[in-house]
Order: sequence, then C-alpha cells, then structure tokens
Amino acid sequence: MWNYSEKVMDHFLHPRNVGEIEDPDGFGEVGSLACGDALRLTFKLDESKRIKEVKFKTFGCASAIASSSALTELIKGKTLEEAEKITNKDIADYLGGLPEAKTHCSVMGREALIEAIKNYRSGKGKAQGEKKVIEGEVVCKCFGVTEKEILEAIRTNDLHTVEQVTNYTKAGGACGSCHPRIRELIKKVELEEAAKERQGKHMTNLQKIGLIQSVIEGDIRPALLKDRGDIELVDIDGNTVYVRLKGACSSCIAAQYTMKGFVEQTLKEKVSPEIKVEEVK
Amino acid sequence: MKIVYLDNNATTMPAKEVVEAMLPYYTERWGNPSSMHTFGGSLIKDIEGAREKIAALIGAKRTSEIVITSGGTESDNAAIMGTLLANPEKRHIITTKVEHAAVRNLCHSLEKRGYRLTEIDVDSEGMLDVDGLKKAITPDTAIVSVMWANNETGVISPIEEVAEICKEKGVVFHTDAVQAVGKVEIDVEKVPVDMLSASGHKLHGPKGIGFLYIRRGTKFYPFIIGGHHEMGRRGGTENVPGIIGLGKACELARNEMEKEKIFVKELRDRLEEGIIKSIPNTRINGNREKRLPNTTNISFENIEGEAILLMLNEFGICASSGSACTSGSLEPSHVLKAMNVPFSMAHGSIRFSLSRYNTQDEIDFVLEKMPAIINRLREISPLNSSQLGM
Repeated sequence: MWNYSEKVMDHFLHPRNVGEIEDPDGFGEVGSLACGDALRLTFKLDESKRIKEVKFKTFGCASAIASSSALTELIKGKTLEEAEKITNKDIADYLGGLPEAKTHCSVMGREALIEAIKNYRSGKGKAQGEKKVIEGEVVCKCFGVTEKEILEAIRTNDLHTVEQVTNYTKAGGACGSCHPRIRELIKKVELEEAAKERQGKHMTNLQKIGLIQSVIEGDIRPALLKDRGDIELVDIDGNTVYVRLKGACSSCIAAQYTMKGFVEQTLKEKVSPEIKVEEVK
Repeated sequence: MKIVYLDNNATTMPAKEVVEAMLPYYTERWGNPSSMHTFGGSLIKDIEGAREKIAALIGAKRTSEIVITSGGTESDNAAIMGTLLANPEKRHIITTKVEHAAVRNLCHSLEKRGYRLTEIDVDSEGMLDVDGLKKAITPDTAIVSVMWANNETGVISPIEEVAEICKEKGVVFHTDAVQAVGKVEIDVEKVPVDMLSASGHKLHGPKGIGFLYIRRGTKFYPFIIGGHHEMGRRGGTENVPGIIGLGKACELARNEMEKEKIFVKELRDRLEEGIIKSIPNTRINGNREKRLPNTTNISFENIEGEAILLMLNEFGICASSGSACTSGSLEPSHVLKAMNVPFSMAHGSIRFSLSRYNTQDEIDFVLEKMPAIINRLREISPLNSSQLGM
C-alpha cells in the first residue's frame, strides 16, 4: 500500500476546486486514457490579471487527484507570471511529500497549468483549447514523453537514475527500450551542471594545478591501483596534463583507452572540459 | 471500523479450526520429525495425517505424491525448474499470457538465460487458445504450465483438455492451481496433470506453506537441495505447525466445497448484479460461466482503480485492482491487457473475491456505498464530457 501523507488523503477525499469554468480565460488539458491519467484545468482572471477562479477535473489515482487539488490552491490569487514559477516540487512539498513512484502525478498538474496559460496568451479561448503539442524528439514512445520534458524533469528535480526519471515523467515505465537514451540525458545534464559549477568560480593556475593533483590522487590512482596499475603526474602546461602510466598499466593493451576514456574523461568532468591528457613514456 | 473483507484471492482469514490445530505444535509438540527420539520422531505420523488430508482434497491416491513447500511461488518454481533440470536437453517452455508472477516472471527470466518461451494468447473473455497451445508443442518442449484459475478474473482454464493434449504428446504438464484448490473440485485421478501447485493461505490455512503434487513417474530434480526431507525432493526441516494447519485447511475446504459452490456464488452474483444494475458504464471482465464462484472483476469506465480502492478503504471495504497505480508499475494488469480490455476500462478495474465467511449484510453494505463512490470519481474525471487522446 502507498504511504500517502495525511494531506494527500485529505486533498484526495476532499478535493478543492473540482469542476470546470464555463467561460474560462485559460484552458489546458494533458494526459490521456492510455497513460492512465488526464487532467483538465480552467481558470479565470480578475481585473488585476490575477487568477480569480480555477477549477480542475482529473482522471487518475489518489495522488493525481490530490496534486491537482493542491495546484489549484497554490495558484489562486497569483499572477500568471507567479503561477508559472510553481514547480512540481512545490506541489509535492505542499502535500507533505509524495511516494517517489507517484511524482509524475504532480508533474501533470504543472503541465496542465502551462497549457492553460499558453491557451490564454494565444487568445484562442476554450473552443480552441489545444492538447499538449509534442515538441522535439519523443524518447519514451509508450507514454509519449519528449526529450524536452525529460530534460526539464532532470534539471528541476536533480534526478540521477532512470528509475527517478520514470517516477517523475513516466518515461521508461513500460517496455524499457528508451532506458539507454534516458541514461544519456541524465549524463548530459550532469555534465552541464558540473561545467556550470566550474564556470561559477574562476580558478587561478595554482588552484587548477591543485585540483588536478587531488583528482589524480583521490579518484584516478585508487581506481588504477585496484587493477595493479599506477599513474604519475609529470607536468601541466596550460590545459594539457602530462602523465606516465606505471605498473600493470605500462604494458596493458587497453592503456590507450585508459588514458582517453578514463583519465582524461575524469579530469574533464572534475576540473575543466578543456583538459587534454598526454602520455609520457 | 468493521472490516468487510472481499480480497480473498490475495489472502484468506485463517480458519479458527486451523489455528487451534496448529497451536499445540508451537507450545508442546515442537520437536524435529527427523529425530531418533519419540518426542520428535513421532511427529512424522502427524505430518502423514496432514498429507492424507491434502492428497484427499485433490484426489491424489498416494501421499508420496505430495511435496510440502513454502507456498505457491516455491511450488511453481520447483515444478518448472525441477522439470528443466531433469530434462536438460529440452530448451522450450510453453505457458500463457495471463499467468501469476510466480510463473510469468520465472519464465521471463529463463528466457533471458537462453530458454525459448511461448506464451499462449487468451481471447477477450480470458479463455485460452487451446489450438494455439497444441500447435506450439515441439519435441524440444520441456514443460507446459497453465494456471487452473486466474487470480484476477477467476476465469477457469480448460485444464482437462490441455492435460490430455500434453499426455498425448508426452510433454510434462504443470498447473498453478493456487486459486482453484479448495474453491472448485479437483481430481488428479481424472485429469492427467503431472504437477500441481497450491498454497495454504489461499484456502483459510496459514501463510508460508503450500504443496506441489508430483504424479508418480514424473521426472523431477529437487529445486531446494538439503537433507532427505520430503523423500529427497525438498530439503529443509518440516514446518510442522504449518503442515498441520494446511492439512486442517484442506479437510475443511473439502467439507465446505458445496457451500463455496452455492452460498459464495450467490453472494458474488448478488454483488455483481447489484453493481451492474445501480452503476452505468461497467463491465465484467472474463467469461462469466467458466469462472471461480468467489471472484468478480468489474471495470468502471473513465475512473482509476486505486482511487476507488482508497475510497472503499474509508468504509473498511477491502478489495484489489489491476490498475497501474496500485502496483507501482505504470501499466495496467497484464491479464486485462492480454484480454484486450479497452484502456478506458482497464484502468478502472476492481476485483472482489469472496469467501465462505462473508455475509449477505456485508454485500449489501458494499452495494449501498458503491454508487456514490463511483459517481464522485466520475464527477472529478474529465473524461466523461470529452475524450482525450484516444
């Protein structure tokens, strides 16, 4: 049985703002029967362009209904610019947390809101209420989840495993054939994040040398020692690091791979993407 | 809050008589049946007594054909693995698309390890494609495994027909009868199954105990290897209280079978007909004739099963669902999928499974609460006024 918080159960059993506004300013629909959940969100603005009234209808499990209810409570009285900033994490926090496998329910609420806001700005009204337009590459074909959606979920929620991505977006939850692609996307974001962190702080030459030394000592050497190999830092010239492979590595036929695939890659990730590694015999 | 327990295909209440029969084997007679002294060794007779009751329930002539296990999952694993190990030259397994995870996931894992797997289809009523099964058998086929009755829908397989086909072709036939034993008549002297799995806690016995029937002469290699227990076919000191409880449960089931077939079926039909009559846009999943007397699987269009279950839970009503959201996976039940139940129905399926301990008052209580629950969820659902992404 799911371990739902009291607040989730409260919003499930007594959902707020259920229904549909007859003549809404914004109208958004996401999900589908095939996916097992769907949400329709309608809102009306007041003179100061704040959300005066918002209503939802949801097909889905208890957490999908509770998340929709929570979303409507969160955005009431806000401007569209403020409402747009609400993340699925805010919804989950408001509910006192959601079981991990259920986080995609809170994502759906946010998607419906974005659709409704888009619909308002397009000025098309309810009659033209659009379904979610699929943008870019569809990664998960079972649930129709795009690369853009997965990247956004990874970035917003700091996800690091395929399982987490499935929990947040449903992607990869059925046939599993997109798991390698999801892993690539996670890696991509991780590299971006690492690069961002480094850009934030400018390193002096001395700091860079210190960091290279500590990465070689702390990350690279222990891994090589495990296979009875070893490595020695010879020199650093700008972004080029000169090293010597020792022990079992010096006669290993996979040494070239070790140099580029492991030593250089590790330094690129942990120090700077510009690092090049050259072997000194 | 009073509990209305309608989830007997998940587990059953241990019968009072079962618990009473077991207790002395915890408090006084706790010896090891393998011991040389009378205190332990005499328990062999008690175990044999229980084995006779187990054999009698399924019509087995010899108690030596009953191997005690830890339950349905172990019995299924032992049957399939034991047959494959005993016939190492054969690399093909036949089963169905609607098996319980104990068979299904085992076979999927064997497929990954190099075995060839054929999963036979069922039709929209959950009935097995017997012709397809017949055609799938090859000289390389080591075992055919078909469940006697389906846990989700209660649909009963044409076991006799399949058993005869396998006998004629000389292929080992195993049936997972966990849901059928104790609910419908089973006679292994009339139906030529080679192996049959059953579990104690599905027939008002204790958890952690079950058995595998192995017809004399069937090639079998032990799945759990250890001491000489169970005539060398399953190592491990006997779970004596469990075996005694299982024996008692089998005896009770045999005596109560008529009640199950008439009384429980009447309650089930009352529930099913009451729901269909008071709530529009529902459907019964599975063949209504060839079905366990205690099970009904009902779909409610455009709403989701987990939400229904949690609302029922507020009234102490226990049921289960094949919906995706209850399982942690994102796909609705593989059984309903194999039956091609439309999406709008598959997500909102509820299984009620009754027992001889239910009462008409309980059924009427459910019938009273159900329409408001379904109406409430349909009010919340966006799918009634416009169809999304079909």
